Amino acid sequence: MAMKAKTRRLFFVSFGLALLGGAVALALVALQDTVTFFFTPSQAAERNIQPGQRVRLGGLVEEKSIKKLADGVTTEFRITDQAKTVTVHYKGVLPDLFREKQGVVVQGAFQPDRVFVAATVLAKHDENYVPKELSDELKKQGLWQHDKAKPATK
Amino acid sequence: MSARLHALANPARFGRFARRALPWTAWLAALCIGAGLVWGVFIAPPGAPPPEGQGETVRIIYVHVPSAWMSLFVYACVAAASAGALIWRHPLGHIVARAASPVGACFALLTLATGSLWGAKMWGAWWVWDARLTSVLILFFLYLGHIALTHAFDDPARGARAAAILALVGVVNLPIIKFSVDWWNTLHQPASIIRRDGPAIDAQMLAPLFLMIFGFTFYFFTVLLLRARAELAALRTRALKLRMLAA
Repeated sequence: MAMKAKTRRLFFVSFGLALLGGAVALALVALQDTVTFFFTPSQAAERNIQPGQRVRLGGLVEEKSIKKLADGVTTEFRITDQAKTVTVHYKGVLPDLFREKQGVVVQGAFQPDRVFVAATVLAKHDENYVPKELSDELKKQGLWQHDKAKPATK
Repeated sequence: MSARLHALANPARFGRFARRALPWTAWLAALCIGAGLVWGVFIAPPGAPPPEGQGETVRIIYVHVPSAWMSLFVYACVAAASAGALIWRHPLGHIVARAASPVGACFALLTLATGSLWGAKMWGAWWVWDARLTSVLILFFLYLGHIALTHAFDDPARGARAAAILALVGVVNLPIIKFSVDWWNTLHQPASIIRRDGPAIDAQMLAPLFLMIFGFTFYFFTVLLLRARAELAALRTRALKLRMLAA
């Protein structure tokens, strides 16, 4: 039985889109490491990133890890994904949102001693938007979840 | 449904429909955007201040998120209209696609611009090549390509057909934009509104945000009706001119 012309066109378009979708999906899976904006410390360890290779690392700034080095301009802190931790050195102005337990993305390279020297530090904020009064209230009651925001890993 | 859609193909009937609908969409757009802006900028509470939060900066959300929503929604409309034109030969399909895509391009540009301002303040970067930002940039280029292709041929019918195929191909990008923040590590934060645990935005901020989203949507329908009416008039003028030349 011959298909009606518009049924045939519908079939053509749907089939074409499905094929294209599949191709794009395959390409994106293959390019996963390129599409991703940063590696977590665990992912970086898995991929055995060489010293000097420029990469971006993302994670939470570890509590009580931020300090100024003796030279007075370098900030040292550790970023963590709760499994692996990396020590970062950065010379420069930190973003407003930079603080303990904040998500950050650092861009730079490992030194041979596995210290990560960052050229750029970007702050990453989470998807929760609450007014100031509410966050104050939650903090008073000890219910504030913001700091426990899931780490930059998935 | 499809019978009713086909009834609108009659230009006179479409004109009557547009005339009836326009005052409604225009007034609703003005009311929602006006109220949403005043509420969002002056009445809604600011976000928690730095260092814990974003303070007043968060108010750009009332323009950024509605623009982002519209740039996706308009693209879906362009693609649906193109499918209607290619598959069912609906006479309004190409006209709607042609009328909508420059509006969508503007929304995409507004999304990129407001996002850039927000990122400069909060992330410390105007632009990064993460999956969300890049896929929205590609959406903007798809719109530009669609507009260019529409006008690239002497015969408007050929341009419309080529543009419709491009519009359908670009549909692949829509789920990529939506899920980019879940599939890959991105600098952009994950979804705040359409997510499994419900919205992560406080109700006092969500209300003006939704007002703005409705306002932007009504604005789009207003402009779409106006532009589609103008496109129909242009088609008619062209047909008349051709007939005069032939006579």
